[in-house]
Amino acid sequence: MSKSDPNAPKRLALIASKGTLDWAYPPFILASAAGAMGWEVGIFFTFYGLTLLKPDLTASVSPLGNPAMPMKMPFGPEGFQNIAWPMPNILMANVPGFETLATTLMKQTFKNKGVASIPELRDMCIDLDVRMIGCQMTMDVFGFKREDFIKECEIGGAATFLEYAADAEVQLFI
Amino acid sequence: MDVIKEDQVLDCSGMLCPIPVVKTSKAIKAMEIGQVLKMIATDPGAPPDMEAWSRQTGNELLRSMQEDGKFVFYIKRMK
Repeated sequence: MSKSDPNAPKRLALIASKGTLDWAYPPFILASAAGAMGWEVGIFFTFYGLTLLKPDLTASVSPLGNPAMPMKMPFGPEGFQNIAWPMPNILMANVPGFETLATTLMKQTFKNKGVASIPELRDMCIDLDVRMIGCQMTMDVFGFKREDFIKECEIGGAATFLEYAADAEVQLFI
Repeated sequence: MDVIKEDQVLDCSGMLCPIPVVKTSKAIKAMEIGQVLKMIATDPGAPPDMEAWSRQTGNELLRSMQEDGKFVFYIKRMK
């Protein structure tokens, strides 16, 4: 898979290591944009990022450990919607259902603003022939099987990704 | 300014990054070389993104302008 042709398209190599809703956006946005620019794109899904290859995307927001995260209300007058509500850690950690609430609010806010959903972005990436590699080692550690993931992805290890990334103009760890 | 005659219109109003770029790319690929796509967007990130997209794909951004509070782009498929 080495790029020997000097006229070959540019290449983007991404590592997606996080599986929460907020962190699922950067790899899929960059991958679809690069694909739309005619670049070759490969994403290596490892550790918590591996769950982004499941057929049923259930990514949610974890406000815990995101102390700078503002929360916006997706309803009400514009002035109310623009308020960035501070999220105290004590609230996030202890109130049951808080993650579900934060996830629902973020999904609705994104939808209202015209941002694509994660399943839509992943479909765009598939459409643009983005190469998606699931990490074999993570599968073994967490007890996943090949059939737990979408058929469009392939399974590989560090060497598979590194060989691909070696010929990439842009490499990012997300 | 000369009037540019478009062969196809793509309205990306209300859509945010990266959808306008992805939809533009898809629309251009379905057109003939030499044809012109008129793309309309409301995302303030669209003007710099469409310039970068044109440079990267080699398609020509004939015009980038604002009209009725929207961003309008004329893009010619070059290859």
